[in-house]
Amino acid sequence: MGDVDLFQAASAEGAWTVSQVARRARQVVEQGVGLLWVTGEVSGFKAYSSGHWYFALRDRSAQLRCVMWRRDNRRLPTSPADGMQVYCLAQPTVWEERGEFRLTVRELLSTAAGGLWQLALERARTALERDGLLDPARKRPLPRFPTRVAVVTSKDGAALHDVLKVLRERWPLTEVVVVPTVVQGDDAPTALVTALARLNALEGIDVAIVGRGGGAREDLWAFNLEPVARALAEVKVPTICAVGHESDRSLCDLVADHSAPTPSAAAAVAVPDQRDVTATLAALGRRAGFGLERRLRLHAEGLGRAGDRLGALMARSITGRRASLAQLGARLDALSPLRVLDRGYAVARDEAGRVLSRVADLPAGQRFRVRVRDGEVGAVSEGVR
Amino acid sequence: MSGSPIRFAAEVERLEQIVRELEADELDLDRALALFEEGVERLRRAQALLASAEVKVKELGTRLD
Repeated sequence: MGDVDLFQAASAEGAWTVSQVARRARQVVEQGVGLLWVTGEVSGFKAYSSGHWYFALRDRSAQLRCVMWRRDNRRLPTSPADGMQVYCLAQPTVWEERGEFRLTVRELLSTAAGGLWQLALERARTALERDGLLDPARKRPLPRFPTRVAVVTSKDGAALHDVLKVLRERWPLTEVVVVPTVVQGDDAPTALVTALARLNALEGIDVAIVGRGGGAREDLWAFNLEPVARALAEVKVPTICAVGHESDRSLCDLVADHSAPTPSAAAAVAVPDQRDVTATLAALGRRAGFGLERRLRLHAEGLGRAGDRLGALMARSITGRRASLAQLGARLDALSPLRVLDRGYAVARDEAGRVLSRVADLPAGQRFRVRVRDGEVGAVSEGVR
Repeated sequence: MSGSPIRFAAEVERLEQIVRELEADELDLDRALALFEEGVERLRRAQALLASAEVKVKELGTRLD
């Protein structure tokens, strides 16, 4: 204490330099005030190409300038938006070059619902939408009878097991190509992008299932990231996304051609059910039989009252066999034209192979061919009997 | 190999085409008989493919290849 001789102190040796004051201020602040949690509203946010963030935190009566270095902010899913209420873990300090009091932010959390993660998701969704990747018109239909199905998932997870089980039951004609990847954790985003690129390099894939089994929201987060969704959008074959969450649909679900709630459901969508296909084949067989029967009947009716032996015999044969035509297997075999010949009927044809079925087609002297069970002979008509 | 699965779709699509033709009005008897035979053959082949099929699984290696 005592009197300070101000004039004595105002000398080159006694006065402080600006830098010294600034440094001293910084020391005093940093030692006096350690790390603090500060809450406030973000304003004037600017991210520089260096990766460092500069913004202000304010409340109704005061504002503090902040910096968040790249090494600290890179862990965050996205930057805060102006107007957002946040909590910052910060070290108060003095920026020596400007003599400015400011906060060096180490951690940043948003109090908005879902926090920064939700904001990141919304920003990614907006970007994808702007690029047309969420357009329903982009969705591709699935092939009817897929032959080769790719599955992009963890090779040890329940998802792959479930998909294979469903495929074995429903559509054993499938060839499955597994593209292994990591589906959660820090490595997941890169692994997924790589796996999707490998998928795209494969040949002959008809449909791809991409996903994982159920899990907490954080575990599924890789499927909400923009680079992963974009890689999925690039896949050149129809995709089915199955991310196994009860209520939310991930960004990948929105981008894929189809979305299923679970891997099992995805497999059920990807392939037909062999039972349905078997029934369809049976129905096609019946329709073929009926179609032929109708044709033969029309043909036989067209013979009129000429009494053509072949036509009448065939007409009776058809009527009698109408029930059989509806069955497949051996009975279809019995109706095959060649089997008809086995039973002793003959088919008359002209040189061009056209069936001759009217007496008018066979005037006296007309040359024609007769096909019987074991071959063909040439013949000449004697005219009407 | 992979011949079986790829043929299935082709057999069914041709069978469907045959059925449509058989049900149409214009067809003459000769063509109907020929198509019917072909249809029966396609149908049998499709059913055989389905009956003998087994899921085959191949896994890509974890290294980049």
